[in-house]
Amino acid sequence: MNRIILKQKLNPTVTLFTFEAPLIAKKAEPGQFVILRPKNDSERIPLTIADFDRNAGTVTVIVQIVGATTAELNEIPEGGFICDVAGPLGRPTETEGLKKVAVIGGGVGCAIAYPVAKKLTNLGTSVDFIVGFRNRELVFLENEFRAASENLIIMTDDGSYGEKGLVTDALKKLIDSGAEYDEVIAIGPLIMMKFVCKLTEQYGIKTIVSMNPIMIDGTGMCGGCRLSVGGKMKFACVDGPDFDGHEVDFDEAMRRNTMYKEFEREKACRLLNVK
Amino acid sequence: MPNMSPKKNPMPSQEPDVRNKNFREVALGYTEEQALNEASRCLNCKNRPCTQGCPVSIAIPDFIKETAEGNFEKAYEIISRSSSLPAVCGRVCPQESQCEKYCVRGIKGEPVGIGRLERFVADRHNAAGSAKTVMPEKNGHKVAVIGSGPSGLACAGDLAKKGYDVTVFEALHTAGGVLVYGIPEFRLPKAIVAKEVEGLKDLGVKIETNVVIGKTLTVDELIEDGFEAVFIGSGAGLPNFMNIPGEGFNGVYSANEFLTRINLMKAYKDDSETPVMKAEKVAVVGGGNVAMDAARCAKRLGAKEVYIIYRRSEEELPARKEEVEHAKEEGIIFRLLTNPVAIISEDGKSVSGIRCVEMELGQPDASGRRRPIEKNGSEFEISLDCVIMAIGTSPNPLIKSTTEGLETTEKGGIVVDENGKTTREGVYAGGDAVTGAATVILAMGAGKKAAASIDRQLSGKSE
Repeated sequence: MNRIILKQKLNPTVTLFTFEAPLIAKKAEPGQFVILRPKNDSERIPLTIADFDRNAGTVTVIVQIVGATTAELNEIPEGGFICDVAGPLGRPTETEGLKKVAVIGGGVGCAIAYPVAKKLTNLGTSVDFIVGFRNRELVFLENEFRAASENLIIMTDDGSYGEKGLVTDALKKLIDSGAEYDEVIAIGPLIMMKFVCKLTEQYGIKTIVSMNPIMIDGTGMCGGCRLSVGGKMKFACVDGPDFDGHEVDFDEAMRRNTMYKEFEREKACRLLNVK
Repeated sequence: MPNMSPKKNPMPSQEPDVRNKNFREVALGYTEEQALNEASRCLNCKNRPCTQGCPVSIAIPDFIKETAEGNFEKAYEIISRSSSLPAVCGRVCPQESQCEKYCVRGIKGEPVGIGRLERFVADRHNAAGSAKTVMPEKNGHKVAVIGSGPSGLACAGDLAKKGYDVTVFEALHTAGGVLVYGIPEFRLPKAIVAKEVEGLKDLGVKIETNVVIGKTLTVDELIEDGFEAVFIGSGAGLPNFMNIPGEGFNGVYSANEFLTRINLMKAYKDDSETPVMKAEKVAVVGGGNVAMDAARCAKRLGAKEVYIIYRRSEEELPARKEEVEHAKEEGIIFRLLTNPVAIISEDGKSVSGIRCVEMELGQPDASGRRRPIEKNGSEFEISLDCVIMAIGTSPNPLIKSTTEGLETTEKGGIVVDENGKTTREGVYAGGDAVTGAATVILAMGAGKKAAASIDRQLSGKSE
């Protein structure tokens, strides 16, 4: 049981949860995730660690309330308890020895990209942090993002805030204007990561993506999180979740993520009481 | 005068056509009358051949003698001297290749139903609601056990009985390991596993769930924390796939994932929060107990056609004989001497079939089993919407990669000596983490052996 000490709604569908998990906080590194079960009969879901405080013994996740399990998590009030949390799982993002990096976040993925940007900045890496949201209303943690980067670029689909356009537009502009990146790190919807990779491939810039497939145990037992990377089968939970984006078969990953779409829709409707 | 009937008392079971639609236990267990009758078939031979077939050396003729005389609690005591999980082993041990294989009655008829009697005695004991366990006096030594599957539970139980302060670390949210995530309810009711775990807690064993050793904590940190010995019983690891085309299509599962969804996450219940595919036509690739479990689960979830695809013949099927028989009775279709070469998808998204070749058996290979060889031009397809790969596992890298000095074999299993000691001082291991996928009883045996070895080491220390 892990007590939620801070619950903060960041936008209409995204909520931040900080909970007590001293052992996980002690070990956590950017890029790693936890497996969490809100209630005793909930599913196990993987959530990437957005922040951690080793001294306070707390871990933060930022969650888009989209399905049944995240809705169950959202029912727990501040001060309440999450049934199970296990972690930190997966390999940390490699952050050593990089001079200049573009970190790209899309939607709730910005929350996952944030600790990576923060760590790189702390290590002295020059970070261009490109974050993309659908519109102004959805933008969150702007000040934190700014503090974690040398240069923050906010993109919105409708131009209601920052610049109008996609994160790939911003990245292309920066590269074309002479930014020399050692690496691009992209975290967000699969389709966004796919197109970032297509772009960086043209420029020959190494690109790391953080995959978030369907997962059960998260420790290398079930094989549900398998991906094709460079034509080989990889398990996101133990081999990842970070992979070389130019090697990932995104189409397969997108297909596999829709496996339970119908079931989830029905369940979410039941839980959220909509038809 | 022993009962000279050449046949075992048959096990009362749910009818095949009823049970293949529910997840309740298939075998219902002997009545007292049946147990007395079966026990009286034992000749109580002087040389006790059955005992040599038992990986944990249960005094089989002694417990059967007590059973025959109606001293069921006495019989239970005899079993529990050697076995930590009698109610579990009575259900899942491959008796036909162990104790019952050596039973003298088996020469001219069927062997004594040793497994069935073990189950009867254990169930009888559990139903009676045993007297409150007396907490053993603590000896002041702390031991960590990694994994709460059969090897971990056995190791923890034996050490706790001797007064050790034992903490079991489990990565999942429920204790029991493969007994809860792998073996289905209809073969091993989860209430029985929970009861065994409760029994350990009564002995003072602490169980920490949601702790992934190698991630949350390392073996070295456990030792720094004052654990004088560590037993690694982390089980088998990453599921194997065949590396044939199409394994990324939707509708392809590893048996571990399919069974975990159903068992641990209770997807077999209508109100479960966990989805699992309700397929019409399912093929399970593999011939072990896990394959049988997956096939029978798929049938119970409503599949019309369920195939077992196995590349060797019936004789080589590694599954327990009873599971193969049960599977056949339940309508599972066996496609033996058949090997998949590709998984097919008509729409490029979801499974629509499997392409296979027929095999024939050639000369024996390194394992002593005849090597299957592809028959030329024998390709054929089966139309399907789900494929489950049950072809074994490869060791999990989490503990090995975070524990310096822990040697592993080429295949990744942890290297241990005959006492269960690893190459790291104070670290022991057993079960599937050492051997690769094997049986509950072998894992339990390894856990017990390591417990004895730990006790020798630590009790020597304190003297």
